Amino acid sequence: MNKLQRSSLYQLSITRFRLTLREPEAIFWVFIFPILLAVGLGIAFRNRPADVLQVAATTPQLTRALAADNGLAASTMDQPAGSRALANGSILLLAIQQPDGIIYQFDDTNPDARTARLLADRALQTAAGRHNPVPSTDRLVHEPGSRYIDFVVPGLLGMNLMGSAIWGIGFSIVEARQKKLLKRLVASPMRRWQFLAAYLIARLTLLVLEVVAFLGFARLIFGVPFRGSLWQLAVLCVLASLSFSALGLLISSRARTMEAASGLMNLVMLPMWILSGVFFSASRFPAVLQPIVRALPLTAAIDALRANMLQGMSLQHLLAPIAVLLAWLVVPFAVSLRIFRWR
Amino acid sequence: MTATGATAVSHDVPNPSAESPALLLRGVRKAFADVVAVDRLDLEVARAECFGLLGPNGAGKTTTIEICEGLTAPDEGTVELLGLNWHSHADELRQRIGVQLQETQFPDKLSVEEVLLLFRSFFRHGISVDESIRTAQLEEKRAARVGTLSGGQKQRIAMACALVGAPELLFLDEPTTGLDPQARRHLWDLVDQLKQAGRTIILTTHYMEEAERLCDRVAIMDHGRVLALATPQQLIASIGGEHIVEFAFTPHDHENTAPDIAMLTAIPGVQSHRTVAGLHQLSVRELHTAVPRIFAELGRQGLHLSEFRTHSATLEDVFVGLTGRNLRDE
Repeated sequence: MNKLQRSSLYQLSITRFRLTLREPEAIFWVFIFPILLAVGLGIAFRNRPADVLQVAATTPQLTRALAADNGLAASTMDQPAGSRALANGSILLLAIQQPDGIIYQFDDTNPDARTARLLADRALQTAAGRHNPVPSTDRLVHEPGSRYIDFVVPGLLGMNLMGSAIWGIGFSIVEARQKKLLKRLVASPMRRWQFLAAYLIARLTLLVLEVVAFLGFARLIFGVPFRGSLWQLAVLCVLASLSFSALGLLISSRARTMEAASGLMNLVMLPMWILSGVFFSASRFPAVLQPIVRALPLTAAIDALRANMLQGMSLQHLLAPIAVLLAWLVVPFAVSLRIFRWR
Repeated sequence: MTATGATAVSHDVPNPSAESPALLLRGVRKAFADVVAVDRLDLEVARAECFGLLGPNGAGKTTTIEICEGLTAPDEGTVELLGLNWHSHADELRQRIGVQLQETQFPDKLSVEEVLLLFRSFFRHGISVDESIRTAQLEEKRAARVGTLSGGQKQRIAMACALVGAPELLFLDEPTTGLDPQARRHLWDLVDQLKQAGRTIILTTHYMEEAERLCDRVAIMDHGRVLALATPQQLIASIGGEHIVEFAFTPHDHENTAPDIAMLTAIPGVQSHRTVAGLHQLSVRELHTAVPRIFAELGRQGLHLSEFRTHSATLEDVFVGLTGRNLRDE
């Protein structure tokens, strides 16, 4: 047996590592699930060519004028039929010929209908002889980095960092306590700090695997950009993972049963899944909620990851989210060391 | 690694008090809420002794042993192990004792060898992992996952973890509870080997045959107190006879079912009488002369026996004599 094998820190870490890798469910949630989610979202929100909008008009002349626009598909129907078609959503707008002009009938709360209104009016006015006072042409861009998948990948990464740290640390500590293994360990000469350090070592090792697998997939399949420095991205991932590990330690520092731990974890993580901007920007929440939303570790992690990956911002411009993550690292860790139940 | 034999124990720190007892408890008291688990307990265990704490569930055995192991702090009293105490020598003590707890479940997905490598790494000195596996007779299960082991094998891996640091003092808390008779005998053989190797062993049990078979001295505990403390032979002798005669009566119509106790205890060789759960028990010295006289006397009193049997006195009888209850009533 060599010196490394006799080191208790090595044995504790390798034990953690083995126990994680021998748990098939853990492998699924940590490695497979985020990739499946990214694939699903990538398919659902893939960039399509601009939709052709369905509209209708009450006279054939109007219909021809509308159909002249590439963005519109027009048909002719009388007013009652048109109203029914509007109601069931098969058309977005009905153009009604009046003696003194045209009435557009549409729902102004539907963005597509408002677009149809603008296109239809432009088509009809042009057909009636309007000339644009300023000549204009379009130049179209479909740039990686501004798509939904680019937005959601850092969000999913943050969510994954949180889930794997809190589940990974929380459940195994509570299980060891419930099965009296923790009590047996503290009856041995094991150094208690090494027990906790082993969790962090195993976590950071697995972190490398899961982050590389997930981001590598996002890069290869979706071409998600990495505009910031990669080592700074690594620093952010490590910091976020340590903060969530501290939170996981705090959650598991007293709980005696898996049920209690599971409830606490959901209580902690559920608000963050909703509030922290995984799937949509956290700035959509009302201003009163913003101080709370900004103080959450997952918001800070996702903001920093997005700023690095999508905007190429460097660490010195991300001091606010880094400070939030550091606070979530230091305070829960200090508290859980004080209140940790070893038996 | 230094593969010292099971008997050899080496230390960096010279033992400051080789002559001090292995274990010394003075006035130890521990209460949980308003339940007094251990009530002013004094115990002294010599080196190389196998000492048993015998008592029913809830007698305070586990609390006592966990106080000795440094897992529970007593409310009052002093605890010394190998001349050291938990306040100032906790790290040193943990290196020198071996512990097997009642309900430890090792991770199902680790192999036997991996568990022992882990525990071995905590100790500065000890036996090799191979040797601990051999001692616990788990050679064939070395690569098996803990989750696939039987109850007896799981107890033996707990034992191997307690032995891997070559402890001077070994604590075993109910090592055979829940095991089938064969697995129990297996574990007894293992404890016998350790005794022969000169280890000091302190074990708790609520099986009197286990205490009788393994222990040099036994403390009988109930309600947090030691009721009696001696060798198993002395304890059995203390009830006055080596044999117990037990009998009961069928209640016939209008018949007397209460024997005249004074007439029974007057029979030569009969030492004492008590009634436990409707069963009359006599401690008897010379069975071959006493039993015919007991039959004659019961016949003379016109009583119809429904049961009559004899057995050699055991620690169970000592416990019944001390408390009026059976060990396993609780």
